[in-house]
Amino acid sequence: MSVDTGRAAGRDTGPAARVEHLTKRFGAGPLVLDDISLDVAPGEFVCLVGASGCGKSTLLSLLAGLEKPTSGTAAVAGGRAALMFQESALLPWLTAGGNVELALRLAGVGRAARRARAEELLGLVRLEGAYDLRPHELSGGMRQRVALARALAQRTPVLLMDEPFAALDAITRDVLHDELARVWRETGVSVVFVTHNVREAVTLGQRVLLMSSRPGRFIRAWDVAAALGSGDGDRRPESVPVAALAAEITGRLREEIRRHAA
Amino acid sequence: MPPEPRDDGSLLSLERGLDALDPPAVGRRPWGRRVAAAVLPPLVAAVLVLVVWQLLIWAEVKDRATFPSPADVAAALWDQWQQGTLQEAVWLSLSRGALGFAFSVLIGTPLGLVVARVRVLRTALAPVLSGLQSLPSVAWVPAGILWFGLSPATVYFVVLLGAVPSIANGTISGIDQVPPIYLRVGRVLGARGLAAARYVIMPAALPGYVGGLKQGWAFAWRSLMAAELITQSPRLGTGLGQLLDTGRQLFDVSLVFGMIIAILVVGVAVDRLVFSPLERGVLRRRGLLVD
Repeated sequence: MSVDTGRAAGRDTGPAARVEHLTKRFGAGPLVLDDISLDVAPGEFVCLVGASGCGKSTLLSLLAGLEKPTSGTAAVAGGRAALMFQESALLPWLTAGGNVELALRLAGVGRAARRARAEELLGLVRLEGAYDLRPHELSGGMRQRVALARALAQRTPVLLMDEPFAALDAITRDVLHDELARVWRETGVSVVFVTHNVREAVTLGQRVLLMSSRPGRFIRAWDVAAALGSGDGDRRPESVPVAALAAEITGRLREEIRRHAA
Repeated sequence: MPPEPRDDGSLLSLERGLDALDPPAVGRRPWGRRVAAAVLPPLVAAVLVLVVWQLLIWAEVKDRATFPSPADVAAALWDQWQQGTLQEAVWLSLSRGALGFAFSVLIGTPLGLVVARVRVLRTALAPVLSGLQSLPSVAWVPAGILWFGLSPATVYFVVLLGAVPSIANGTISGIDQVPPIYLRVGRVLGARGLAAARYVIMPAALPGYVGGLKQGWAFAWRSLMAAELITQSPRLGTGLGQLLDTGRQLFDVSLVFGMIIAILVVGVAVDRLVFSPLERGVLRRRGLLVD
């Protein structure tokens, strides 16, 4: 079965990420991903939604090069992608600035430029004053912003995000949605954002892909701007068009989950 | 189409408000209170031991010639101090212990790193290292004497065999306890091979490693005393262990007790003044210690 996963503008420069006929199983276990294909255009924001076990995190691990495909390919432009986790995973022996600087150092940025660049990146996520604070001195939302700055420090064309805001309270999550949208607009980075929160996907993404579970496949794609029509300017999660589209996608997701009840 | 920014001013102030309210409060008790809390309980415990000891003396449970009073022991220690032998013995033992410990760190650390990260070596050597750690290092003294004679080499040989396995095992368990998420972060950031070891694995393993060093010191000091106690020779000078054995030869029970106390005090002092602050500093910087 092949589903049209949709396409975005900017095809002429080649995709930022390309997944072709990707299949993954761990050892002799069941199929996790079954013949997945996906192109992410440069600068595009794609959200993957699905129930547990749909392999969306596995897909990110494959794109990040942390896992090897069983067959098919998963490639990102530049060969390397930044990855953010649900937990900030800041290194606790380094300060906020030190975490960003380590990413810069490993990306080959010279010593002289590192400090200024790290300060700039922390400024981008509005944490100018947090340079010398250690992870345990930061709130959960601040930690995720440092993690975002660290991911941007890698200067990869693609940013992979694995439910990065799932552990945050609702107000902080809303603020970080706006922050992420702003940073994405300012940097032009491509984002592949995995979540089980449909409203989050509709609020953030240009394209939303729904995945089936066991095995993971794409079953439906939505072009969010087209679906929202003239309401696209208002992406607040509580706005009527966003809520309607979220309800549609949630309905489809429930259908998919019920399929497993038998 | 990207979502447009909403009323940015109010978002910014909302964010600043969250940043001010959310972070966990990190505060430490005042310096004086912390020192008092650290020093008073062990001091009280030491005084209680002295009191019980003195009560036993007054109860005359044992002959004074074989069971000295606190005052007898203090007099013996004072006597040694005035002759200068006590300071000399402490200095000699301490410098030997420090040198032996330093070599043990130089050998045990890379050994632990390699055994932890190379699967074949781990299967082969990890059981040997745990075995060596449970073997009392005094068992190596006869072999040391046969190989190196009554020389400092024998003493260092015994210290190394006591401390190296402990430090290597500490390194191994420190590395084993590194949360897998940090290894994933390292790989995502592009740290491979030596860079991963330097920037991720070793710093992440530091708390366990420092624990291993602390234990390594205890083993080094213990082994050194065992070696000094058994090896009497002019070539070796007079360390605390030798002074203890001198007490035995002279039937000077007060000196024997005095030396036991001196060995205990030096061992504890190094642990409290060097390794505990080191360990607590590492844990506090990571937010793993609240005080």
